[in-house]
Amino acid sequence: MRKTLILSTALLGLATAASAQTLTVMSWGGAYGESQVEAYNKPFAAEKGVTVNMVDADNPATPIKAMVEAGNVSVDVADVELSDAVRLCDEGLIEPIDHSKLPPGADGTPAEEDFIDGALTDCAVANIVWSTIYAYDKSKFSGEVPTTIADFFDLEKFPGKRGLRKGAKANLELALMADGVPAAEVYDVLATPEGVDRAFAKLDTIKDQVVWWEAGAQPPQLLADGEVVMTTAYNGRIFAAATAEGKPFEIVWDGQIMDLDLFVIPKGAPNKELAMEYIAFATDSQRLADQAKWISYGPARKSSAPLVGLYKDGKTEMGPHMPTAPENMKNAVLNDFEFWADNGVELEERFNAWLAAN
Amino acid sequence: MADLASDAPFATPARESLKTADGKPLKAALARAQARSRRRALFLVLPLLVFILVTFVFPIGQMLFRSVHNDAFSRNMPNLVAWFEATEPGTEPDEAAYAALAADLKLLRENRTAGEVGTRVNYELSGSRSLFTSTARRANALEPPFREAILAENEGWADPRLWQVMRDASSAYTANFYLAAVDLMHTETGEIARVPPDRQIYVNLFLRTFALSALITVLTLILGYPIAHLLATLPLRYSNILMILVLLPFWTSLLVRTTAWIVLLQQQGVINSTLVATGLIADDQRLAMIYNQTGTIIAMTHILLPFMVLPLYSVMRPIPPSYVRAARSLGASSWKAFRSVYFPMTVPGIAAGGLLVFILAVGYYITPALVGGASGQLISNLIAYHMTDSLNWSLAAALASILLAAVLLLYWLYDRLIGIDNLKLG
Amino acid sequence: MALPVYATPLERLWYYAYRVICGLIFLFLIAPILVVIPLSFNAEPFFTFTEKMLSLDPEGYSLRWYDLLLTFGMQAPEAPRDWNWWRDVWNNATWVKVAKNSLIIGFFSTILATVLGTLAALGLARSEMPWRRAIMAILISPMIVPIIITATGLFFFYSWTGLAGTYTGIILAHATLGIPFVIITVTATLIGFDQSLNRAAASLGASPARTFFKVTMPLILPGVISGALFAFVTSFDEVVVVLFIAGFDQQTIPRQMWNGIREQISPAILSVATILVIVSIALLTAVELLRRRSERLRGISPG
Repeated sequence: MRKTLILSTALLGLATAASAQTLTVMSWGGAYGESQVEAYNKPFAAEKGVTVNMVDADNPATPIKAMVEAGNVSVDVADVELSDAVRLCDEGLIEPIDHSKLPPGADGTPAEEDFIDGALTDCAVANIVWSTIYAYDKSKFSGEVPTTIADFFDLEKFPGKRGLRKGAKANLELALMADGVPAAEVYDVLATPEGVDRAFAKLDTIKDQVVWWEAGAQPPQLLADGEVVMTTAYNGRIFAAATAEGKPFEIVWDGQIMDLDLFVIPKGAPNKELAMEYIAFATDSQRLADQAKWISYGPARKSSAPLVGLYKDGKTEMGPHMPTAPENMKNAVLNDFEFWADNGVELEERFNAWLAAN
Repeated sequence: MADLASDAPFATPARESLKTADGKPLKAALARAQARSRRRALFLVLPLLVFILVTFVFPIGQMLFRSVHNDAFSRNMPNLVAWFEATEPGTEPDEAAYAALAADLKLLRENRTAGEVGTRVNYELSGSRSLFTSTARRANALEPPFREAILAENEGWADPRLWQVMRDASSAYTANFYLAAVDLMHTETGEIARVPPDRQIYVNLFLRTFALSALITVLTLILGYPIAHLLATLPLRYSNILMILVLLPFWTSLLVRTTAWIVLLQQQGVINSTLVATGLIADDQRLAMIYNQTGTIIAMTHILLPFMVLPLYSVMRPIPPSYVRAARSLGASSWKAFRSVYFPMTVPGIAAGGLLVFILAVGYYITPALVGGASGQLISNLIAYHMTDSLNWSLAAALASILLAAVLLLYWLYDRLIGIDNLKLG
Repeated sequence: MALPVYATPLERLWYYAYRVICGLIFLFLIAPILVVIPLSFNAEPFFTFTEKMLSLDPEGYSLRWYDLLLTFGMQAPEAPRDWNWWRDVWNNATWVKVAKNSLIIGFFSTILATVLGTLAALGLARSEMPWRRAIMAILISPMIVPIIITATGLFFFYSWTGLAGTYTGIILAHATLGIPFVIITVTATLIGFDQSLNRAAASLGASPARTFFKVTMPLILPGVISGALFAFVTSFDEVVVVLFIAGFDQQTIPRQMWNGIREQISPAILSVATILVIVSIALLTAVELLRRRSERLRGISPG
């Protein structure tokens, strides 16, 4: 008995033996998480001599809120969308960030001016610009291929299952655009009850053909498995599947919805100081540019743009794959973070009721 | 017997009561010995009982308490709470009420709690969260008269329904989450009414959960009865081997079994590919057997089947084959012999297996979450959604306590009918 | 149940049809578990049998997914496979890490569940036990209460007590979930246990402790061990509680599988599944042997 006790204590010791300091970062997993591990976590760990853990979540904003409210915060840095960053900040669930700790750009521009609009808030620092697009598997289409957002909702022209993120955000905008609302007016329409009804009515037309996904890694998988003929996705995930794994996926940029992802520090994070150091480290011009080597998301600093090189395969130019490339921007929406920060909870609730009622 | 003894001639010493060897009254000594052994038995059980109470019963009770207790409003809106306490229900909000509201909105802004309060009110009046966050953001600019100032910010504040909801929420204790859990709500006049049809979710979901569980129970019975019968009637050396086919799934990880079904049922999976390869279906007509209700039903039937077979088997095994033979020899057809002789004797096994499968099915979470899509979700999945995504913990707790009540009722029934002692595992 | 000679043709037909139906049901039970095994050796990242696999061409098969189990999460998977490479596997490979966690958590929760559960079963088996039915109902309830309710209850309780994200927390939780199985199996063994053996030992002058270890224990040991195996499997297979209360360091095999199934279900998951099927075959064999041993032991006990 004593022997087993000693043995098991040794085992336990082995498993828990962690180095001096550990920083836990929560992000979105998959190809995106990997890009952050390569561009930020590994160099940071090497430079500071700490361990950086990466935890995955479907959307880190929800576990952060649950953790803070339950009083059990185990994450130091989280990567959240702009509207969530604003909302969490409003609700006092994340720490304010001292902008003076952020390094100036590679060209010497002070941080406050170097970040693109909206990328630097009271409580958050952006790392990337990304977008919600839809994609299809071109090997599944012999004749005409979908080119507009309306095609996504056109079951007659393109029959087959659709993949959509399980949530109101982005889906309502896409539905309105498919219903003929110009990109510039989407949020004006959505701000009215009739507009919301109209969006849900449009979603109703494809509801029984939808496979709902939650984690960002799912849509490329759904396409690859043939579970859906087209699906919305985060553009970088489709790019990664197409370029790194050679999948025959094609992105439709029409009606893309651009958004930012920002680093935040949850209130009560175990290593607040180190978390701030991490954010300052990760969002300098070079690191942000480095991330684009791993995935097709645009850096959030202006000074990073000239530093962006080739994809990790050493031959793919990143420029045309970015959401911000001019040819991809012809019919694009910028996510209205204020709208979602204010109405997100209500619309998500309505969405969930809509989804469950059938 | 006792009466007879007392009438016997040597009853007198007995009346003085029997003594043990050391001279104590036998009755007392016996009682003490029994009490001692009762205590001893209890002491053996006590550590575990305490353990379960502390690590299981108490946490669940604490969680369920949230279904009737939510202080997000009352904690953060002291002025308005005071006004509600001082006035009768149904009082029109006057200037004093708006002054209290303005003071509280300033507090919300200062403490950054507008989202929390707005979310609480929004649970009962959808669309009101943004009212709190947007007005609180500009609360410092509010000047008397507050009624005009606040209504100028947003007319939504004049809604009598909003004031009714705020009055309800001003007490931390509420039954409203239970109302919400069965698709009911308070109207502005305080009556209980059904929520609008596009928001009626939970009753349907409970019904779906019970209906699917019943269907799965019936399917496990249909599949389980023949093989349990075969196992019970084959000679032991064969049935022991076949039993392994039942027990192996039982011992295999739930996630492995769920994975296996994904592999079999998905569009590019084994079954669809086989059907396409044999020309039974065209390549573009692959069957959708997963990420919907079908997937949930197939996978759960498979996973729960051993829980049906094992109780059936343990009831069938002791039934002597001579009973059926006797019925046959008395002229019954084989169907009649089965129907009137064999089947009635297996009813306890059906009850045991059926109840067990149903109880387990009602609370299923993992399999529907992985293979159920939108239409195959059960009530557990919605509880999880409110726990981790919408963070409406009070509603999650209310749904959980309804589910728990149903399960405990069935559990009680199981104990009455079959007895927990008779639960067998392999 | 041989076919009787007086059977009518219809009955004869039914007799064989019945066997075929039973065969199909057994196939339904076992095929999904067995089908993952060959597919885990697929050389292609698909979930169907490729033509090469069907024609038993060795090129259709490979160990690449098993290899991925080792290399996934390593710091230098491309390095030559020497001592350092294996050390890297041991320290960093994700699946190795989660396997270690599963074993540690399973081991300690099993010990806790078995000790507490066996003691309680001994108490419950005594006829003098007061409130037996009610107590039994409480002790078995972790098996009956929907896991999502248990998990959310523990989430708040552990957040409050600081046990969330600790090994202790998960071990306690898994012990709770394993206890009903220990109680059920040990109680089943004790039903056939002849209490007069204990009295005989006592009358021969053995102390209660000596009686327990020399008489009771050897007889109920098979039941205790199979209860322990049940408890271990319960912990080894549990994912919902881990989802809710485990921190980054306590991820287990099922937790990692959950991730894999939801996000990128590759044949790597099938190779894990295959390993787990082999583990469950081993455990099942152990339990079967114990059951036979227990029956033999009880066969020689009087009464």
